[in-house]
Amino acid sequence: MSSVSEKVIAGDVRTVARLIRDIDDGMPNVREVLKELYPATGNAYVIGITGAPGVGKSTLVDQMISHLREDNKTVGVLAVDPTSPFSGGAILGDRIRMQRHSMDEGVFIRSMATRGHFGGLTLSTRSAIDVLDAMGKDYIIVETVGVGQDEVDVVKSAHTTVIVVIPGMGDDIQAIKAGILEIGDIFLINKADREGADKTLSDLRLMTDMDQKKHEGDKWTPPILKAQAVFDTGVAEFLEEIEKHRKYLLDITEGLQFRKDKHRVQEELRDMMKNRLIEEVLDGLTETGEFEKAVDSIVEGKLDPYTACDNIVLPALATNTR
Amino acid sequence: MVNKRRIRVMVAKPGLDGHDRGARIIARAYRDAGFEVVYSGLHQTPEEIVEASIQEDVDMIGLSSLAGAHNYLFPRTVELLREKGADDIIVCGGGIIPDEDIPVLKEKGIKEIFTPGTTLDNIVKWVKENVKPR
Repeated sequence: MSSVSEKVIAGDVRTVARLIRDIDDGMPNVREVLKELYPATGNAYVIGITGAPGVGKSTLVDQMISHLREDNKTVGVLAVDPTSPFSGGAILGDRIRMQRHSMDEGVFIRSMATRGHFGGLTLSTRSAIDVLDAMGKDYIIVETVGVGQDEVDVVKSAHTTVIVVIPGMGDDIQAIKAGILEIGDIFLINKADREGADKTLSDLRLMTDMDQKKHEGDKWTPPILKAQAVFDTGVAEFLEEIEKHRKYLLDITEGLQFRKDKHRVQEELRDMMKNRLIEEVLDGLTETGEFEKAVDSIVEGKLDPYTACDNIVLPALATNTR
Repeated sequence: MVNKRRIRVMVAKPGLDGHDRGARIIARAYRDAGFEVVYSGLHQTPEEIVEASIQEDVDMIGLSSLAGAHNYLFPRTVELLREKGADDIIVCGGGIIPDEDIPVLKEKGIKEIFTPGTTLDNIVKWVKENVKPR
């Protein structure tokens, strides 16, 4: 085993921090490390926190850390914020709410920027979870970027997915749309002292009652809770529901071999293949200048984009599949 | 594979200083320069700043102080980084810093001090020239 992998498993903070950076930056050397770490993963419980910007996700995560630490659980946090589409830069501010835990050796917090990836997480989040898992964290909390309606990647990575909403965020039509509201294992109405909390609760209740996920023996009915995370009100009860959901999963999956669930493995492997293919093929084409050439001929009106795409992709596929 | 290293920076407010307009403007300028900027929030101890910087794997820490305690807080940050074996993280500072303090701070390992009137362009330029993603 490489010394990097050994240090990660021993919990060395600097090594972990650097490895996540290398994953984020797409350094090719990380693949070997991740292969070595994989057998050491599968022990952490992953909680996904998602919801619109400003609903209080970071504040909630901060309180969750406190409660989990009281129970002597170690915690890893991955908090995602958006990358500017113009400059490529990002301001990562989730950490501000959680800084009181920075001196706690049982807590590792890392901010990540989306870098143009859609879906609420970053391209690297999946692997970063593996690293924190191998590092030995009991719980890993993944906080998505502030999302709208369709950023549902988090559900692929989390054991328990939590949707945080606040009162008055839309009428009952919002609650019957497809997308984000379908993926919640637990709903949390934060800032519940605000007007309309009961209305939001009954809208959500109506939706979960009609949820078709209950097919095929899924007996989990998502609870809908109220909280005021900033005052730590309702957070303990919320964590109890997470624990109930964990036990429920244990019950139906025999030992939380959740990551080995066939459907999930399919999704994960497909994503990984897709990214790798893009990396290998597209980056190669960018380096040879073929991509630029094609762009120019489209701009100059010599070629349509569909033909340009064929011209590039088909030969690349032919050489790659041989 | 295309190397996508980005500069990561921690903008931090050490000590009992509640004025972070300047720090936020700097953070914004760094963002617009294409850096990933972690903002620490207010009232941080050097210990907290250093620990967060290590977890975030930043290339540089930018300390902002307007309250006069820079002569302790800035060198203490450098010292802690050294203790943690993380002195490859560059530290620079800005704010209300009297001219006579600057040589002393630099001697103690603060790479550069930006005082009022420094343009954002100059600060960003300095970072681009002096901070390389590791």
